[in-house]
Amino acid sequence: MTPLTTNGVLAAELPHVAAATGTASLAWLLFVLPAAGALVLFVAGRRADAWGHWLGVLTVAASFVIGLLIFLETAGLAPADRTRELSLFHWIAVGDLSVDFGLRLDPLSLTFVLLITGVGGLIHLYAVGYMAPHHGGDEGSDRAARRRFFAQFNLFITAMLLLVLGNNFVMLYLGWEGVGLASYLLIGFYQDRPSAATAAKKAFLMNRVGDVGLAIAIFIIWTNLGTLQYTEVFERIGELSAGTIVAITVLLLLGACGKSGQFPLQAWLPDAMEGPTPVSALIHAATMVTAGVYLIARTNPIYNLTETGRLVVALVGVITLLIGAIIGCAYDDIKKVLAYSTVSQIGYMVLAVGLGPAGYALGIFHLLTHGFFKAGLFLGAGSVMHAMHDDVDMRRYGGLARYMPITFVTFGLGYLALIGFPFLSGYFSKDEIIGAAFGQPGWQGWVFGGAATLAAGLTAFYMTRLMFMTFFGEKRWEKLKSDDGHDYHPHESPAVMTIPMIVLAFGSLGAGFVLSNGNLLVNWLTPTLGELEEPHGGALGHEYVPWLVVGFAALGVLIAWLTVGRRPTPVERPEPVSLPVRAARRDLYANAINEALIARPGTWLARALVYLDNRGVDGVVNGTAALLGGSSGRLRRLQTGFVRSYALSMLGGGVLVVAALLAVRFA
Amino acid sequence: MTPTYYLLLSALLFSIGAVGVLVRRNAIVVFMCIELMLNAVNLSLVTFARINGQLDGQVMAFFVMVVAAAEVVVGLAIIMSIFRTRRTASIDDSNLLKY
Amino acid sequence: MTLDLLAQAAPDPGAVSTGEAVVFWILGPISLLGALGMVFARNAVHSALALVGTMFSLAIFYIVQQAPFLGFVQIIVYTGAIMMLFLFVLMLVGRDSSDSVVEVLRGQRLAALVFGLGLAVLLVAAVGRSLTSVTPKGLPADGPGYSGNVTGLGAKIFTDYLFAFELTSALLITAALGAMVLAYAQGKSHAKRGQRATVEARLRGEHDRISPLPGPGVYATGNSVAVPAVLPDGSIAPESISAIIDATPVREIEDEPGPDARALTGGRHDDTAEESR
Repeated sequence: MTPLTTNGVLAAELPHVAAATGTASLAWLLFVLPAAGALVLFVAGRRADAWGHWLGVLTVAASFVIGLLIFLETAGLAPADRTRELSLFHWIAVGDLSVDFGLRLDPLSLTFVLLITGVGGLIHLYAVGYMAPHHGGDEGSDRAARRRFFAQFNLFITAMLLLVLGNNFVMLYLGWEGVGLASYLLIGFYQDRPSAATAAKKAFLMNRVGDVGLAIAIFIIWTNLGTLQYTEVFERIGELSAGTIVAITVLLLLGACGKSGQFPLQAWLPDAMEGPTPVSALIHAATMVTAGVYLIARTNPIYNLTETGRLVVALVGVITLLIGAIIGCAYDDIKKVLAYSTVSQIGYMVLAVGLGPAGYALGIFHLLTHGFFKAGLFLGAGSVMHAMHDDVDMRRYGGLARYMPITFVTFGLGYLALIGFPFLSGYFSKDEIIGAAFGQPGWQGWVFGGAATLAAGLTAFYMTRLMFMTFFGEKRWEKLKSDDGHDYHPHESPAVMTIPMIVLAFGSLGAGFVLSNGNLLVNWLTPTLGELEEPHGGALGHEYVPWLVVGFAALGVLIAWLTVGRRPTPVERPEPVSLPVRAARRDLYANAINEALIARPGTWLARALVYLDNRGVDGVVNGTAALLGGSSGRLRRLQTGFVRSYALSMLGGGVLVVAALLAVRFA
Repeated sequence: MTPTYYLLLSALLFSIGAVGVLVRRNAIVVFMCIELMLNAVNLSLVTFARINGQLDGQVMAFFVMVVAAAEVVVGLAIIMSIFRTRRTASIDDSNLLKY
Repeated sequence: MTLDLLAQAAPDPGAVSTGEAVVFWILGPISLLGALGMVFARNAVHSALALVGTMFSLAIFYIVQQAPFLGFVQIIVYTGAIMMLFLFVLMLVGRDSSDSVVEVLRGQRLAALVFGLGLAVLLVAAVGRSLTSVTPKGLPADGPGYSGNVTGLGAKIFTDYLFAFELTSALLITAALGAMVLAYAQGKSHAKRGQRATVEARLRGEHDRISPLPGPGVYATGNSVAVPAVLPDGSIAPESISAIIDATPVREIEDEPGPDARALTGGRHDDTAEESR
């Protein structure tokens, strides 16, 4: 148990930062390799069509190897020495602002490095198969598209690594915007689809809202402390007033909400499924959308100082996990169900980090296991779509288990992990979070824990519904044709796609057990995140939680079986439906609320400003011009062209001058 | 009587010349009025030279005469060329340079 | 000589002698009258003559005021040369184009009068108030440092005012050149047409007929330009005689007993001659 002040953790607990040596001094290769890959793929053009995708896979795999070496080296050090920094060069020096281009290698960032490069490498491999040119299609343009895809994918890996490796807020922001750019490019990857372009714009704009919050938080930090290095900021953050700290935490949370699809900025994430499935798996499930969780975990010394800020974070997480779970029950689009599941699961993580020292490590734990099983689920969904002519409507699936056994098994393992089937990944990580939530004192324990448990039941319901509709039941596709008029011929995907799925399935299966065995991950993260506080007291004892959660999940499965599994599924969406379902189908009116609260007033404001500009500002400008023009038009009538009238005015002037002289002289 | 009377006469002549410039329309007569004004100034200069007992005033008058001669030559040439093209010597007819 | 005496009569060079006062009171009104006459004379030539009178008066004033050189220059250059130039141009241009009585510019005359009177009043007031008790020094009539008006002026001009003097010479040259350029009448608008151009114009039908007019029959039947040329069929070519000489009765010529004419004209000359008239 760590000594707590009323305000939070003492600054003295911050880890000692050493200079990186040994293998760790090669850490710059981590992001330089994917960057080089992206550069080559962007620049080389058609010459790289044949081998470009393998270059992409190779660079990420190499990064993974380096990351693994650094990880092993770090693991060999004493826990107190595990936080190291590698300063590469002096990046920005403007006036008082001085920013290093430096890397921070500590347990937290290394965990992320392994997740990003490991899962990223697997999904790269999968994408080699997924993005392969279609037979009978336009092979040339397909190959060019694949090269473009891998270039942008490598760009994403680079930016994401910069985000987690940077040792200051500016590098964090650099990576933050980099992944935003890559996300925008990849969501809009299918440039010929207007829906993809719209989704990309939506994601970009809603991310901007969050990014503004992050930027302002960084500005506040710099204005008050004069530095942006993590080490110095965390040491001196206690000097600031409580109000400033709350402001910083809320603004950081806004940034996290934008990037992680949290309430109220969650609406972009489901639309982001317009991108290719590997993108959904890597960026919009496993890594980028967890950047918000990373941000809060990384700035834990700031959040430790403010109870209020953490409460806001936890509330946002609770609201989001409920929203995601409710909406996930209503969608028929397999990727959107998974997307809302992602929203919901990230809500769990945000709830966890919002619990403070009792939950940081749990949030990261769930992030890791979720990275495995959600990536696996998305890859499975991609495999199903691959088999079903890119159709995403689950009502047209059914009975696919027989045709795609590998996909079925790997997907099923991911499914079990997600719903928290005992002794699979999700069971460990999610139950820990729910337990920590119940461990909160007072009303918070009941509300947080209750909502999380309820959402766990809902998760079980919608995921079971998805399983039933996709892999079991009647083969509804036999009587249907795809949109482009083909019969469906479900088939298993090639090995290049199934191997990553299998590897990730092992992750879904065992990651939770391995990482929680002897509190492995929690202890590993202790130097960065502090000791994990065991919940004590609180609303509900820790020992009841697994029973409760598993019970709710079983209930969800049962309801799903009763409503979906044992009844035939109509191919057309049933209409009309009850009010809750209607609301869920419409994203709980999130888009309508955004439209009504933000977009419409924004449009009105813009129109009013345009009117003001046209009539007000332009009116003043044009009015001045018209006034001058009119008066000069009248004044020029004085120019009669008659020499004698000019002479007359000259004489008049002369008389005046003489009179003035005399007046001065003799007055 | 003092030389001041010459100055008063000069002032009157100058004013008459100025009025002439304003009321006459024949360009040549206008020119003559200008000459009258110059002569009035010359009278003043000569008188000043006398009052001050220095020749500089007369030198000034001398220069005024030279310049007036040059001016008359050019001015009359201009009047002639205008007359040649427009068949008029009235300065009111040369009023194209206006709004 | 008298004028010289008048200037030197006073013992004090600055004071005004009685003779000079007489001269002033006679010539001053004359010069004013001349000026007014110049402004108000309808005829431009009268204006010029009135101005000549004023300038003469002024020349005498110069001489009286110890500036004999300027006085003579005034007479020779101004009244002699410049005013003659004025008259010359007047004769060339606008002697008969006297001003119309109607004033086109509204209020111009009234305003001119007001301003002119105002200026006069102001100047007179200024001079009157500031120069009431002035004792004029006058130029030294003789004695050391004085070697005559012309010599003094020359010394001044070629020493103190040398630069200005040189500038005036440049000004005079420029003025002379400018006057030549402006007054040179020969334009390029009446360039002569060459023979080729004339022929082409004829063939294009720009003239009344394609050929030149036939010459008179000077060498055919007689040596008079009044004798018309005769066409090959014996008839008279009417165009051969200038329109001015058309008044000459051709019939008389034809009636003259000239053997050559009859021989060439045959029997039909009478009718043609009638028609040609």
